Amino acid sequence: MTFFAQMEPRGPARIWLLGLVLLICFIPGVTVENGDHEHSKPDASGHEHASNITGIPIVSFKWHHVESPYLIALWIIVAFLSKLVIEANHHVTNIIPESALLICFGFILGGIIWGADKVQTFKLTPTVFFFYLLPQIILDAGYFMPNKLFFTNLGTILVYAIIGTCWNAASLGVSLWGCHKGGAMGDLDIGLLQYLLFGSLIAAVDPVAVLAVFEQVHVNEVLFILVFGESLLNDGVTVVLFNVFDAFVSLGGAKINAVEIIKGIISFFVVAFGGSLLGMVFGLLLSLLTRCTKNIQIIEAGFIFVLGYLSYLTAEMLSLSAILSIVFCGVSCQKYINANMDERSVTTVRYAMKVLANGSETIIFVFLGISAVDKTLWVWNTGFVLLTLFFIFVYRIIGVFFLTWIMNKFRLVPLEFIDQIIMSYGGLRGAVAYGLAVMLDENKIKEKNLMVSTTLIVVYFTVILQGVTMKPLVTWLKVKRAAVSELTLIEKVQDKVFDHMLVAIEDISGQIGHNYMRDKWNHFEEKYMSRIFMKPSVRKNRDHVFKVFHKLNLKDAMSYVDEGERRGSLEFIRNESAFVDFKKKYGDNFSEMMPDIMADMADDRGTMSSMGRDPVPSVSLEMHRQSIKGVREAEDINSHHLLQQHLYKGRKQHRHRYSRSHFDVNKDENEVQEIFQRTMRSRLESFKSAKMGVAPPKTISKHQKKDQQQKMSFTKTTDKTKSYHSGDEDFEFSEGDSASGYDTSGDSLPMRVNYRVGAGIENPAFMPDVDTLGPMQIPPWLAATELHSSMVAPSQRAQVRLPWTPSNLRRLAPLRISTRSTDSFMQADVPVTQERDEDELPPPLTPPPPPPPSDRHGGHM
Amino acid sequence: MGIWQSLSGPPEYRQLAEKTGFTCEQIGVLHKRFKQLSHNEDTLRREHFNAIHDLGCNPIRVQIIEAFFDRRNLIPPDEGRMEEIHLEDFVVVMSHFKPPPLSMTDEQRDSVRTEKLKFLFNMHDMDNDGTITLEEYRHVVEELLSRSAHISKEAADSIADAAMLEVAAISMGHMEPDEFYEGITFEHFLKLLNSFEIEAKMNVRFLNMNASTVCY
Repeated sequence: MTFFAQMEPRGPARIWLLGLVLLICFIPGVTVENGDHEHSKPDASGHEHASNITGIPIVSFKWHHVESPYLIALWIIVAFLSKLVIEANHHVTNIIPESALLICFGFILGGIIWGADKVQTFKLTPTVFFFYLLPQIILDAGYFMPNKLFFTNLGTILVYAIIGTCWNAASLGVSLWGCHKGGAMGDLDIGLLQYLLFGSLIAAVDPVAVLAVFEQVHVNEVLFILVFGESLLNDGVTVVLFNVFDAFVSLGGAKINAVEIIKGIISFFVVAFGGSLLGMVFGLLLSLLTRCTKNIQIIEAGFIFVLGYLSYLTAEMLSLSAILSIVFCGVSCQKYINANMDERSVTTVRYAMKVLANGSETIIFVFLGISAVDKTLWVWNTGFVLLTLFFIFVYRIIGVFFLTWIMNKFRLVPLEFIDQIIMSYGGLRGAVAYGLAVMLDENKIKEKNLMVSTTLIVVYFTVILQGVTMKPLVTWLKVKRAAVSELTLIEKVQDKVFDHMLVAIEDISGQIGHNYMRDKWNHFEEKYMSRIFMKPSVRKNRDHVFKVFHKLNLKDAMSYVDEGERRGSLEFIRNESAFVDFKKKYGDNFSEMMPDIMADMADDRGTMSSMGRDPVPSVSLEMHRQSIKGVREAEDINSHHLLQQHLYKGRKQHRHRYSRSHFDVNKDENEVQEIFQRTMRSRLESFKSAKMGVAPPKTISKHQKKDQQQKMSFTKTTDKTKSYHSGDEDFEFSEGDSASGYDTSGDSLPMRVNYRVGAGIENPAFMPDVDTLGPMQIPPWLAATELHSSMVAPSQRAQVRLPWTPSNLRRLAPLRISTRSTDSFMQADVPVTQERDEDELPPPLTPPPPPPPSDRHGGHM
Repeated sequence: MGIWQSLSGPPEYRQLAEKTGFTCEQIGVLHKRFKQLSHNEDTLRREHFNAIHDLGCNPIRVQIIEAFFDRRNLIPPDEGRMEEIHLEDFVVVMSHFKPPPLSMTDEQRDSVRTEKLKFLFNMHDMDNDGTITLEEYRHVVEELLSRSAHISKEAADSIADAAMLEVAAISMGHMEPDEFYEGITFEHFLKLLNSFEIEAKMNVRFLNMNASTVCY
C-alpha cells in the first residue's frame, strides 16, 4: 500500500541511500506507520520477536524507538530543504515571495501524503504552533525591534492594533451575520456571537506573513514599523478578543449582560497590559542576569531564549497575552543584554535567533500548505467564503483610511495616501488565525470546519495573492523605499544633534512634546535603569555615536581583511610595511636599487606615487641594532602579538581543543613558537643576504621584501600573547599595554579590542597624539609594530591617525582614490607611518612627551 | 489649517503668520512664551535663554541659542549676529521647525529640505564662513559626547576626525595630492545628508493652546 511498507523489510541500509526525492517520498511512507497502527504494530513486534530468537543482535531496526523525534527531525529537514530549493532560484523569489512558494510547496507535500495515505496525518496543531513554533518568531521580532522607531510611532501602532483590530473583528462579524440573516449563505448554524468569534480570530494581521512579505519589499521604515508593529501587537489583541468571545459563546447569548461585557473589556486590558508588563519584567530580569554571566560566557546566550520562552509560558499560564509578553521581553532586554554580554555571545544570540525564527517560519508556511490537503476539512460555502474575503479586504481599507485620517491630525509627519494604500493592502492573515481557528470547540461551534477552511482560504488569498502583488504595487505606486544607505558616522552625529536640537526647541518654545518626553525618559534611563541593568564596565562606551564609530571600525577592519584575502593573504600588509622599513633602513646603502624597488612597489600597491615624493631620511642600521637589544624583551611581546595576528591565524583556527565550557582556539605556546621560529629562520636567511650587500634581483619579489621587513620588526620575539583571533581581548590588551613601556604604540596595538572591552576609551585619546609625536620619538621597531597594528586593526577610523593638520590631510588627500574606504585607508597609512619613522630615536624607555595640543588644532582650521 | 485662522488675532500676528506660516494661535502661544522668557520685556537676550532650566543639560545648548541670534536664520537672511531678538525674530527662527504641510510637491519638499538643512548647517558653522571646518565639527561632537562623561575629549576628537574623513571621502571623491579638505560646504552638506529625511525629522509640534505654564 505504501512506499514505506514495501521498503521496510529490505533493511535499513537502503534507507540511507535514499536521496532527497526519496526522502520526501519516504515521509509519506512513514506516515502510514504513524497513522496506521494496525500496520505498524505487527511490523515492530515482528522485529522484536526476531531479535529474541536469534540471540544477540548485531544490528536491530528499532523504528518505534525513535519514531517521533525522528519524524520531527525529518519534517524539519524537509521544510528546510524546501526552502533551499525555493531560494535556489532568485528569479522566482523576486517575483513571488518566499512565503507563498513555501505554501505551494506544502500543497505538493500534502498531495503526496494524501496520495499515499488517503488521509491527512500531519497537520499544524495549535499546541505545536503556539508552543513550539510561534514563540521564537515573536521573540526574534521583539529582540530586533528598532526601539526608537517603534516607540516614536507607538501611539499610531496602538491605535491600529487595538481599535483597528476591534473594528475589523466587529465589522466582519456583524456584516457576515447580516448577510446570513439576509440569506446570502444558505443554511448555517452560526449565531451572532459565533460570527464575532470568527471575526476576532481572523481580524489580526499576522506578523509572520507580514514580515515575510515586507522584508522583501523594502518600504520606508515608518511604513514598515507601522505595519509590522501593528501585526505584532494585534496578535495579542486578537488572542484576547478570541478568548473573550469564546467565553461569551460558551456563556450563551442569553446570559450576556452589561456586567459581562464590561468584564470582557476589563479583561481585555488586563490581559494585554498584564502580558506586556510581565514581558518587561522578564526582560529586565534577563538584563540583570546577564550582568553576572561573565564566568559562564559559553551559555549566557542561552539565557535569552530560555527566559524569553519562560515569559511566554508564564503569560500563558496566567492567561495573559503570551505574544505581547514575549515581544516586550525582547524589546526591553535588547539594549542591556547586548551591552552586557560578550560580543561573541551577542553574535551567537543574533544568529541563533534568526535560525530559530526563520526555521519555524518556514515550517509554519509549509505546514499551512500541507494542512490544506485534507478532504475532511473542507466545507465549502460560497457565500461565506467569498463574503469573508470581500469584507476583510474592504473593512481593512476602511479601517486604515479612517484611522489614518484621525491620526494625521495628531501625527507630526502625516501618513501619505500611498502609505495608507500599502498599509491596507498589507493586511495579510496568517498562521495565528489558522491556529486559533483550529482551536475552536466543535461542540460549541457547529460550523467549525467551515470556519477553518475559510480561514485557510483567507490566508492563502492574502499571503499568496496579495503577497505576490505587493511588490509590483509598491513599485507602481512609487512608495518611498527605505534608503539603503551605509552606516555613516556623520549621519549618526547629525541624528544626535537633531534629537538635542528638537528638545531644545521644545524647551525654548515651552511645549511638552515627543522630544521632551523622550529626553526625560533618556535621562531617567541613563541615570537609573542602565545603572541597575548594565555592567558598570560597559556603561561607558555605549554612547550611540561611539558605537557607530566602533562598528565602522570593525567593518573597516573586516573589509581590510577581505581585501587581504582577495589578494591571497594578508601578505600585502606586510609588504607595505616592508617597504617603509626597507626604505628607511637601507635607503642609503642601497640607494641605487631603490628605483627598482619602488617601481615594484608601485605595482603592487597604488600608493607609491605619493611615497616617492616624500624623501625619507634613512637611519643607521647600527643604531637600530643596539636599541633592539636594549628593548628586546619588552618588544618581543608586541611583535609576537602581531605575528600571531598576521601569520598564524588561519592555521590556528583549525585546531580546536575540545572543551564543553570553553570555545577557544588552541593557544599552545610551543607550537606557535615553533612555527614562529621556523619562519624567522628563513626570514633571517633572506635578511642576511640583503645585509651582506648581495644586491637583490632587479625585480624584487614581494616576498623578499616582506622577509626583510619582517625580519626587522620581528626578529626578537617570544610568544606570550594570544592570537588575535583566539579570543581573549582583555588579555591581549593588557599584554600589549604592559609590554610596551612606551605607551603610544603599545596602546595602539590592541586598539580595536579596546573599545569592546570597555577599557578602551583611553585609546582614541592617545591616538591623535601618536600622530603628532610620530615624527620624533617613536623607535623604529615600535613604528613597525604600530604600523602593523594599523594595518590589521581598524583602518584609520580607528587608528585615528589623522589629526587633521593640513599637512597630514594633504598627505591623505591623494590617496582618496575612491570613496570605498578600504583602499584609501591602506594607502593613507603608509605616509603617516613613514613620517613617524622619519627620525626615530632609540630610547625606548623614555615615553614620548605629551603632544603639544596646539599641534593638533593648527593649520587650516 | 486655515486662512480663516490667520485672519483672526492682532494685526502683527497676522503679518507674522503670513511670513512664517504659523497660525495666529500658535504665534499667540509663542508670544506668551516669549514674554515669559523675557520677563515681559520686548527683547530676549542670551541670558534669558541660559536661564531656561531644561536647556541646562542640553549638550548643544550654545549652538541652539546662537541660532536664535544668528541673522542668517532670519527671513530674509542677513549676516552677523544680534545681541537681542524681538518677537518676530523668535518666531521666524521657530518656524524652521514647523512640520511640513500634509501634502507636498517634490519641489516644495526640496525647498523645505534645503531650508531646514540650511538652518542646521548654520548652526554648525559658527564662524559664518560658509564651511564647517573640522574644528567646528569637532566642537559639536565633543559636546555631544560630553554628556556621557566616560568618553574623553580625545575620543570625541577622534570620532570627529573619522567623521570628517568620511565627509572628505564622500564629498570629494578623488583628491589631488596637494589638496586638502577644508571643511564641509553647504553643497557637500546637502549631499552628505541626502538619505537623511530631515523634512520628516526636524519638526516640533507647536501647540495651539497654551502649554507654557506647565513647562519651565
